[in-house]
Amino acid sequence: MQIETILNNQRVTLEIVPDEMLADTLRRYGLLSVRQGCDTSCCGLCTVWIDGKPTLSCSTLAYRVSGKRVTTIEGVQGEAEEFAQMLVAEGAEQCGFCSPGFILTVLAMKHELKNPTEEQIIHYLTGNLCRCTGYMGQLRAIKKYLGVE
Amino acid sequence: MRVVGKGIAKIDGLSIATGKPAYTEDLAAANALVIKILRSPHAFAKIKTIDTAEAKKLAGVVCILTHKDVPKVRFTLAGQSYPEPSPYDRLILDELVRYVGDEVAIIAAVNEKIALQARDLIKVEYEVLEPVLDFETATEHPSMVHPEDDLFCNFDTGLIKEKNIASSQKVEYGNVEEAFEQCAVVVEETYYTQAQAHAMMETYRAYSYLDPAGRLVVVSSTQIPFHVRRQLARALQIPASRIRVIKPRIGGGFGGKQTTVAEIFPALVTLKTGKPAKIIYDRRETFTCSSCRHAMRIKVRLGADADGTIRAIDIDALSDTGAYGEHASTVVSLVGEKTLPLYNKTKALRFVAHAVYTNKMNAGALRGFGATQGTFAVESTVNKLAEALKMDPSEIRLQNLIKAGETCLPYEGKLLGSSSLHRCIQRGKELIGWQEKYPGKDLGNKVRAVGMAVTMQGSGIAGIDTASAEIRLQDDGNYTLLIGSTDLGTGSDTILAQMAAEVLETPLENIAVYAADTDVSPYDPGSYASSTTYVTGMAVVKAAEDLRQQILQRGAKFLESIPEEVEFDGKIITTLDGTKNIGLEKLAYLSVLGAGKCQLVGHGTHGSNVSPPPFIAGFAEVEVDKETGQVNLVDYVAMVDCGTVVNPNLARIQVEGGVVQGIGLALYEDVRYDQKGNLLTNSFMQYKIPCRKDIGNITVGFEESFEPTGPFGAKSIGEVVINTPAPAIAHAVYNAVGVRITKLPITPEKVYMGMYK
Ligand code: FES
Ligand code: FES
Repeated sequence: MQIETILNNQRVTLEIVPDEMLADTLRRYGLLSVRQGCDTSCCGLCTVWIDGKPTLSCSTLAYRVSGKRVTTIEGVQGEAEEFAQMLVAEGAEQCGFCSPGFILTVLAMKHELKNPTEEQIIHYLTGNLCRCTGYMGQLRAIKKYLGVE
Repeated sequence: MRVVGKGIAKIDGLSIATGKPAYTEDLAAANALVIKILRSPHAFAKIKTIDTAEAKKLAGVVCILTHKDVPKVRFTLAGQSYPEPSPYDRLILDELVRYVGDEVAIIAAVNEKIALQARDLIKVEYEVLEPVLDFETATEHPSMVHPEDDLFCNFDTGLIKEKNIASSQKVEYGNVEEAFEQCAVVVEETYYTQAQAHAMMETYRAYSYLDPAGRLVVVSSTQIPFHVRRQLARALQIPASRIRVIKPRIGGGFGGKQTTVAEIFPALVTLKTGKPAKIIYDRRETFTCSSCRHAMRIKVRLGADADGTIRAIDIDALSDTGAYGEHASTVVSLVGEKTLPLYNKTKALRFVAHAVYTNKMNAGALRGFGATQGTFAVESTVNKLAEALKMDPSEIRLQNLIKAGETCLPYEGKLLGSSSLHRCIQRGKELIGWQEKYPGKDLGNKVRAVGMAVTMQGSGIAGIDTASAEIRLQDDGNYTLLIGSTDLGTGSDTILAQMAAEVLETPLENIAVYAADTDVSPYDPGSYASSTTYVTGMAVVKAAEDLRQQILQRGAKFLESIPEEVEFDGKIITTLDGTKNIGLEKLAYLSVLGAGKCQLVGHGTHGSNVSPPPFIAGFAEVEVDKETGQVNLVDYVAMVDCGTVVNPNLARIQVEGGVVQGIGLALYEDVRYDQKGNLLTNSFMQYKIPCRKDIGNITVGFEESFEPTGPFGAKSIGEVVINTPAPAIAHAVYNAVGVRITKLPITPEKVYMGMYK
């Protein structure tokens, strides 16, 4: 079947199978930044934005984004790079496998929360697992990015 | 130093962080066959019949392979230098299945859906056997996990298959019983450390195809490309010259990808069908059918004089290696090897260890590699000894720990090259506020307390693992560094480039790094055993120095001088009298232009006959809820001696990441089975790795030392960082509520039951 969506700011028609998850569709269309780390919506690696809200694409039927705006990190390269610079300067991307989903969540948080406290930051990002970095360096990078050091 | 010691950003950092295609799955061809594995539902069974006829009829199924279709040569999947000390106890597919999840059939189809449908259509009849599930009684169990006649080990590691023993070992220095008799105080305890999952974010995956010359190319998320090639050659019974293994970026490993897990399946399918094939393990498969940390029972006896001088240590370790013996003997040996040298006033030491087969998923390498288990047991016992002697646990350590220039019984006269562990303890105590906080403070329904532990690891495998590196001077004066090690995300590619840049006095941007393709890279055993910075690093330094010499020689020739009379500042080769010079760029293109020329390539190969230990002093501050037994980690301080810190930012993240993994082991993570041998913790819902809310605050500091055998004085850091959280947190919990947790993880339930029993 076909659905229409706005994918990374472009109106596109996607060919999907009815039971396909969005993460698989996006990868199939070459958006390889979308990663998966679990089968149980636990890790946050597959995070994309649907109408600007961070959403787990591994457990969202592709069908459901019909008529909606879907954004992957490929669609916000400028903004993502700005934060990624700070993350990388901290050394807080290790294997990097979790980074795209994590960065999208951080950017969404910046749009959503005004002057978040450390607790709020940690709470917002709890669903984004990272096995490599130990989270501390990511937090330092976020604080720099938000100017809340 | 200009480049070494600087917190330079990772050379590939920005690109991997922003999601550029760089990992195995990103590179697989769209038309690759999709592979799924039919797995055993029984912990121990013999396959009586397999019927694949129905499955094969399904449109889109390309091949289905069972034990009848594979070579019958046993091998090991342990990523170790040949000849491996791990038993050759595997077949690609065996008639006997040895754990729930063991491979029964390989299915390749044009897409995932069809592969899964076909899997459901295969009919297997099993003769179910009595499984060995409890590792403590495995040696007496009537079932033999490996009854086969062709079970084989390259070395005598004490394998006794009739008793399900994969390895047994014993070392003794001095007379242990006599030494204990002379001790004023003897303490003893038995500990259990649980199996731990690696839980790297990128699950196991591999992709294969035939190149135009008909050679098998395997792209894999692996830490050990050269070992994978060798294992494939043996398992598939084809010459290694027909195989090329390429490692792209990998999404975490932690030792899990030091064991070959998935590569054989696509490789076999590609060989049989001529078509590209890929396999992507899902998370459940990764939890259920790869490997985990060896669960152990460790008994420690410690004896000391009345003044706190530790005189005798006796360790008895039993390790659960699961269905296959990957790293069975080597992991358990580190329980003693990385704990006994720490306390060097001893008169006698003994270490006895067994690793046993059971019908559970095989254990393998995991960051810390036995030292983690040993550290928990020995350090917990040292804390118990301090209490028995009414001494401050930090003081008893300062009094007994080995120092640089000293030796200890296991070192047999060799001297320790470097250590700042005493300084690490002093500084760590300041940072955690030991003086004010030790042992603890009752706050009403909560108690706050502190605890500590120290640890060591090694740097590379002494006398065995040897790495090579090459640096080419390219036609336009820049360099290409070729290495065979795997950057697990730790930044080792960057660190190695920093070392080359230092020697060649060039900016980091001038060095391109190409890592880990068995056709292109010089040999490297792979990234494990904390060896990359130390062993491969030294190979890189040697290669860079070699190239530097060649540049001087070639430059001198062009300047009609001799190498001793010219100098090179990274850009220009100048005669000492300053009269003549030639730029590197010009030298570079002249080296590849015209007849009789020769491109300059520096080579370096390095193996070390020592494995210098990095050290850590770890301090935990916890808050324990007396009403629930809940333990909250408030603060963790890790003071690290990794020799020269080559890149402070990357080193710091390594420590923070490793500490959090150690916190996971201490408080949350536990690989659990039901009574039939089914893995219960097969998703992130049941298997809890720490999330952001679970870790409290972590403070990391470095006390640099200088390791004379390391590149620029560096030692390793990757593994040592995971070892101290468990014993330090257990100690803090004891100081808080008087409950001595000897069985990890430290759950609220255990603490609560301990308080009110
Ligand atoms: S892949 Fe883990 S939450 Fe989507
Ligand atoms: S950087 Fe590896 S999982 Fe986060």
